[in-house]
Amino acid sequence: MADIEIYEKSPGEFQAGQRRSRKAMRAQVIMFSLMIFLTFVSFSVVLAYNADVIGFSKFFVIPVLMLFAAIQVGLQLYYFMHMSEKGHGIPEMFMYTGALLAFLIVLTFVTIVWWN
Amino acid sequence: MSSVAQKKSFGSWLWDWMTTVDHKKIGILYFLGGGLFFVLGGIEAMIIRIQLLTPNNDLISAGLFNQIITMHGTTMIFLAAMPILFGFMNAIMPLQIGARDVAFPFLNSLGFWMFMLGGIFLNMSWFIGQAPDAGWTSYASLAITSEGHGVDFYAIGLQIAGGGTLISGINFLVTIINMRAPGMTYMRMPLFTWTTFVASAMILFAFPPLTVGLFFLTFDRMFGGNFFDHAMGGNTIIWEHIFWIFGHPEVYILILPAFGIFSEIFAMFSRKRLFGYTAMVFATVLIGFLGFMVWAHHMFTVGLGSTANAIFAVATMAIAVPTGVKIFNWLLTMWGGSIKVTTPMLYAIGFIPSFVMGGVTGVMQGAAPLDYQLHDTYFIVAHFHYVIVGGVVLGILAATHLYWPKMFGTMLNETLGKWTFAFFFIGFHMTFLIQHWLGFWGMPRRVFTYMDGQGWNMANYISTMGAFMMAIGVLILVYNIIMTSIRNVPVANDPWGDGRTLEWAIQSPPLYYNFPQTPLVRGLDTVWIEKQEGNESGLTPAVPVQDIHMPHGSIIPFLMTFGMFIGGFGAMFRTETSWGLPLLIFGIAWTFVAMAARSLIDDLGYYVPKEEILEDMKRERGRK
Repeated sequence: MADIEIYEKSPGEFQAGQRRSRKAMRAQVIMFSLMIFLTFVSFSVVLAYNADVIGFSKFFVIPVLMLFAAIQVGLQLYYFMHMSEKGHGIPEMFMYTGALLAFLIVLTFVTIVWWN
Repeated sequence: MSSVAQKKSFGSWLWDWMTTVDHKKIGILYFLGGGLFFVLGGIEAMIIRIQLLTPNNDLISAGLFNQIITMHGTTMIFLAAMPILFGFMNAIMPLQIGARDVAFPFLNSLGFWMFMLGGIFLNMSWFIGQAPDAGWTSYASLAITSEGHGVDFYAIGLQIAGGGTLISGINFLVTIINMRAPGMTYMRMPLFTWTTFVASAMILFAFPPLTVGLFFLTFDRMFGGNFFDHAMGGNTIIWEHIFWIFGHPEVYILILPAFGIFSEIFAMFSRKRLFGYTAMVFATVLIGFLGFMVWAHHMFTVGLGSTANAIFAVATMAIAVPTGVKIFNWLLTMWGGSIKVTTPMLYAIGFIPSFVMGGVTGVMQGAAPLDYQLHDTYFIVAHFHYVIVGGVVLGILAATHLYWPKMFGTMLNETLGKWTFAFFFIGFHMTFLIQHWLGFWGMPRRVFTYMDGQGWNMANYISTMGAFMMAIGVLILVYNIIMTSIRNVPVANDPWGDGRTLEWAIQSPPLYYNFPQTPLVRGLDTVWIEKQEGNESGLTPAVPVQDIHMPHGSIIPFLMTFGMFIGGFGAMFRTETSWGLPLLIFGIAWTFVAMAARSLIDDLGYYVPKEEILEDMKRERGRK
């Protein structure tokens, strides 16, 4: 068998780790409530639009929904999938490259290929 | 496992190769599989050229001609060029970064078997006499009306092979990101590793569109879909967009590793550090990115309108800038170097003018108004053969000579290598240079014959003679390979004497665990640095000798792929035979069972004991 190294944490390291976990947990809970809140707002906005409340035209509702959706994706990635932590630079780079390529290709179609 | 030779039965030898997860062996499998398809595609090319030797030739029929040009293109791109490059990437890249294997050895094996069985699936079409006949681009307007099962073979065969490519690409990315030896920063990676990295990233983004397109085509052809049938509300043109969103990056996926190989060769045999390393890396990344932004230049004559054509024309020409940076850097690497003209160096020197000619005709076609004149003529055929043969194939042949000792432990004959180069290089220019003029004189591409008296006879005759010279060059190479393998004279770590990167500091071929101790990398061209400072071995170990964790071989990748292979036949014959649907279901179920087996059976690998490594190191010292 391979030489198995056993690494013992000092009390200071142990406490620092615990502090970090507590902080991460707090951030998770805050973000979770924020996401629930955003979902709630989204549904309310749609309800308001359906009830013909003045000011809730589709030119207001659709951009708001899109914006909230984008925020939700960001929160999901950075907090619940831990992309905000260290060592995620490469996945981040690949995701943004892919998103940029997809965006540019779609943009090309809707601006110069299909409606020239 | 002992490194002392043991006599093995044929069965156990075959089992060993079918279950291997060793990146060096998979590299050899890719090389041999790709080589087989290269010869097949070459035979198809010879038939095309013989058919066009004289006007009104009736050696083969028009229908068969369509099948042969389609299979020539598809085979050469997907089943020859890419797998052979993958072979070199597999065999060399982990050595260059000081790793023991790729990140996912099991997936590596799966990638190979998917390529191989996908390629065999595609070529099975010859046996029922219905090969794909809609061109390698398989434009939907032709493909959905093509009779017989030809295009079905294309859609399913490429789907399987393409899946393998995607798997390998991701595997290389993870390997390069995570498994570099201590000290090997991104900006110390050899250029071949860098180009492998960028090409793999392009595979990651380019192959999903192909997968989607092929699924659409499969549904249209076999399951009653209407994605491309305009009469049913589909869109015929969208296939062309999807195909070229994949297809243009694909040609850069082919050429970038070739660039990497030539960068290694120029530095090695000019006995100089690569000129402008940083600019080379930057240019590679930029070419990779711009490669996704130019697909519509294949579609200028579709009628996208002047705005789209103008923007894509400009984007296309922009790619010439980073490519030019590379060309000048190679020239300046040679400038003032102590040049040694070996066979790989000959290919590298021949590559520069050949590829520049292909690049210049590419910029010509990038000008949309001129493209209206050149479209679908032999000028286009000449152009893409100048970049693919003058770039990729010369790169592959150079790497075959350069890395042969590292992969097989013996040197290819240099004299025969130079003869191969001479025949192939002269034959290549003879075949394709004249085709530019054939295009100007109005000869359309993809015609199976032409009338007498149009002034095309002599040019076609010259072109065919050139093709024969290329064939002679390849035959000399095959003879060289056979003779070298029979003689099998073992060589030392660095048979070229000018190795700069880590692969040249270990045995040829390397031990199955590559590095007894993971090396410490102290700069770009780390072995060269060590040797300059008097370290004969070229390596500074980063860790003490310790047990090495290695993966077990597995037959599951082959079985997994075999399910897809037979399932493909089921899908194809689903409507016309009673066994089609059951076979499709059986094949898919088989694959899922194999996947389940992989998930449920724990395989934690094994350890190479420290004593064996010390023993190997002692023997190595004894050899010197």
